[in-house]
Amino acid sequence: MNEIEQMGVVPVAISVDSPEESGDLCKKAGFTFPFLSDPNTVAIRAYDLVHAKAGVNGHDISRPGEFLVDSSGVVRWVNLTEDFRVRARAEQFLAEARQLK
Amino acid sequence: MEQRKHNWHAWIGFALCLIGFLSYPFFFARYPVTRDVPWANFLILAAGLAFLVSGLWRAFGRSQEYKGKILGPILGVLGLAAAGFFCFVIFFATKQLPKSAGAPKVGQKAPEFTLVDTNNKQVSLASLLATPLPNSGMPPKGVFLIFYRGYW
Repeated sequence: MNEIEQMGVVPVAISVDSPEESGDLCKKAGFTFPFLSDPNTVAIRAYDLVHAKAGVNGHDISRPGEFLVDSSGVVRWVNLTEDFRVRARAEQFLAEARQLK
Repeated sequence: MEQRKHNWHAWIGFALCLIGFLSYPFFFARYPVTRDVPWANFLILAAGLAFLVSGLWRAFGRSQEYKGKILGPILGVLGLAAAGFFCFVIFFATKQLPKSAGAPKVGQKAPEFTLVDTNNKQVSLASLLATPLPNSGMPPKGVFLIFYRGYW
């Protein structure tokens, strides 16, 4: 994540967690980039990432998904894993991020 | 009558099955090499099952020498259950994700959103792209949106 930030790309984490829950996570893990709260799955729906009823109390949550968006707002790289154990490798993403101007 | 020997193979097999299962969430899942294809866990589980088979063979095939006619099958079933549950999680459970066919694709405009951050401040995609970075004083070259499951 540090490498991403050094390249001038801002990581932004989005989930249905409340601002308080995300704040605790940031404090514990030492994250300084923004964590956004989407409890009503507004953005999550806009990106078609809703995982219906997969939350603890059966509410909707986000499936994992990563998007690199350039300064003009265009998507440059997408990762939508089919298995939430398997996540994007940093190298794949960094190669694309280095191309950003 | 001579005391029969402890059936260590059954116990080792059972222990390896448990370790093979538990070491994934607690250890091997942290490293991409052992996470994406959990070969280390499969090896441990395979060794565990081999020991269980050996333990059962000792318990029933050489019952004059070894104990374990009662505990052997119990450990065997529990060990097999641990291995089976692990395979279920790896091959099935974690793949139950929606298709997300409508997710924005490379070259498309990223949908705009406005959400609150951990300080309850409104943050939009446009504002993220426009806010100068503290180190360079320039707007970011891009943002990396990470949608995650969260703790719910």
